[in-house]
Amino acid sequence: MSQRIPVTELPSDFRGRAEGALADGQLRNNFRVAMDSLMSKRANAFPDADEREGLRELGNRIKAGALSRLPDLLEQLEQKLTENGVKVHWAETIEEANTLVHDIIEARKGNQVVKGKSMVSEEMEMNDYLAERGIECLESDMGEYIVQLDNEKPSHIIMPAIHKNARQVSKLFHDKLGEPETEDVNQLIQIGRRTLRQKFMEADVGVSGVNFAIAETGTLLLVENEGNGRMSTTVPPVHIAVTGIEKVVPNLRDVVPLVSLLTRSALGQPITTYVNLISGPRKPDELDGPEEVHLVLLDNGRSGAFADAQMRQTLNCIRCGACMNHCPVYTRVGGHTYGEVYPGPIGKIITPHMAGLDNVPDHPSASSLCGACGEVCPVKIPIPELLQRLRQENVKAPEQPQQVKGGGAKFSRRERWIWRGWQMLNTRPVLYRSFLWAATRFRALSPKKAGPWTENHSAPVPARRSLHDLAAQHLDQNGGRPS
Amino acid sequence: MSQLFYDAAPNATRVAPEREPERVYPDKPEAVTLFGTCVVDLFFPEAGLDAIHLLEREGVRVHFPQEQSCCGQPAWTSGYRDEAKAVARAQLDILDRAGLPVVVPSGSCAGMFRHHYRALFADEPDTLRRVEALAERTFELTEFLLKVCKVQLADRGAPSKIALHTSCSARREMNTHLHARELLQQLERVERIDHDHESECCGFGGTFSVRMPEVSGAMVKDKTRSLMDSGAVEMVTADGGCLMNINGSLEKQKESFRGRHLASFLWERINGTSEGEAA
Repeated sequence: MSQRIPVTELPSDFRGRAEGALADGQLRNNFRVAMDSLMSKRANAFPDADEREGLRELGNRIKAGALSRLPDLLEQLEQKLTENGVKVHWAETIEEANTLVHDIIEARKGNQVVKGKSMVSEEMEMNDYLAERGIECLESDMGEYIVQLDNEKPSHIIMPAIHKNARQVSKLFHDKLGEPETEDVNQLIQIGRRTLRQKFMEADVGVSGVNFAIAETGTLLLVENEGNGRMSTTVPPVHIAVTGIEKVVPNLRDVVPLVSLLTRSALGQPITTYVNLISGPRKPDELDGPEEVHLVLLDNGRSGAFADAQMRQTLNCIRCGACMNHCPVYTRVGGHTYGEVYPGPIGKIITPHMAGLDNVPDHPSASSLCGACGEVCPVKIPIPELLQRLRQENVKAPEQPQQVKGGGAKFSRRERWIWRGWQMLNTRPVLYRSFLWAATRFRALSPKKAGPWTENHSAPVPARRSLHDLAAQHLDQNGGRPS
Repeated sequence: MSQLFYDAAPNATRVAPEREPERVYPDKPEAVTLFGTCVVDLFFPEAGLDAIHLLEREGVRVHFPQEQSCCGQPAWTSGYRDEAKAVARAQLDILDRAGLPVVVPSGSCAGMFRHHYRALFADEPDTLRRVEALAERTFELTEFLLKVCKVQLADRGAPSKIALHTSCSARREMNTHLHARELLQQLERVERIDHDHESECCGFGGTFSVRMPEVSGAMVKDKTRSLMDSGAVEMVTADGGCLMNINGSLEKQKESFRGRHLASFLWERINGTSEGEAA
């Protein structure tokens, strides 16, 4: 089985999708090779551990500080952008955001949209929404273009087509575009580039995401490496930027360390090829640039995370993807297994606020809590700690107060009783020692199958004597007990 | 760091890297409490006994309270906070009764005492003071041998090549990989061989291994493959959970390669035999 099947046709649960992905040797190899390379690129980009840790601390403080006055900053951002001639729109849900975008395109009687890479637009499923209304929406980021051509979803937030190797892309271009097969990456890029150039010139509207929205100056900052972001935001007569409400930072000075953290953590780059600072539409004396610029600010569950002091840290995220690059689970199952827009560790902590835990009940469990993600996060989101919190929310009884949307999705009275039993065993020494005695004495009778454990392991057989037993005997003989 | 970054945030000029301050180690105490951990208790008791031997060899008397059970980690990482807290409280009471430094032959359980009990008891200021004191006097076994006992190991074993696996939480919370490496370095005839993706998780993760057996299984298969391909004749680790995971998988795959607890390995190297195993 291969993940070239459109995501919607994959099994409905995480474990089912994971099983398929794990059996796909090509897919696993593609991810392993790519993630290994990204990990070493990041490591090389931070040669000085003290500098790296200081910068991460700074990044954390800037983001946490910005979030601590989020409502004020958003208000300031709106005011400044409006002064700059940018129209600001607010959307609580993805439906509202899509309607807003559609209305803007309709007002211009547009039917062709060209998109720079934007995860928020993926969150909105904007392409499908617009396509249903007769508007063609073309992805202009090379990776996004590839997955769109193959009717797939991105499998990584920075490198959407990372699950494919050059041969697979070549075959896709051959099948869909009639191009001769080649594994030369430069040639493949030229093929995409030819198609896209024309579209930039024809598009009525350009859509982009935003990396940082700067409140003090009303500036939208966008980093990219392909120039497609600059084309999408400057060539078409209308530019619509879509972003989440957590992207606002107080001032331009703040973005210097944040951009450095972002590009070094994501791809090991000191800076991206393009850094776009967008501060309004074309002015009367200017020669180019869009006539209209819009910003759609999307909530989509973010304010739910914001309301919880611990969960709020989720919103520190600057979308670098380092957590997935370093995740042993993501590396093995790939992005599509997560079944949602944001995969990997960040996906596991942010998706519950968007979709509700009941829609992604396996997300918090799909981690060994190894801590690799938290260790590399450039803004120090304690991802394992938040996963653990989500596990607590996941098993809450219906009668308990729910603090996360869709909480209690994994509640099971039977499982709760098992843990109560475990608690009793471990808080009553006589009971615990009796258990040890029985388990060691009747070790030959221990079950040959132990649920899912014995799928991967031999059945665990207790030792002949417990440490309690061995230690007591040894210390009695040696007089090791303190008086 | 370049000046540019220091000047970047107005209120955060000169951000010092926030690292855990280098732990200051006490002088070697006369006696310690050994917290055996539930996995060692039932599946690797010889490792616990070898840990006792190693401590006694350093002239440290070992106290083993018979009331101890589990640190509470399985419930805590599974989301069962109340149950974890009840078990944690029981251990806290037992360990406080003796009041001795606590040595743990498993990095993740030591990390539970040192880091996660704080989160469990954050809402109880009085208990939190006791938790802080416990964190202060808890040591992972290799850390205690190396940093507190300043152990000197004389190797009496035959030349051997081994691979070291350190549990993720032990490495990230307790620096166990550094302590274990330094101890192994003292053994003249032991060569520690790096294995592929050494710092990657073995896939155990407590209940993760039964909730996500497909993913966990793929992780442990990769880990065992890289251990066997490394050229080492055996694997050593100072964490019971990883050991159970890795050895269980090797046995299921019908491989002869095995891992063993570092305490048993060290005791055997300095004596030519593991007494624990004989017991």
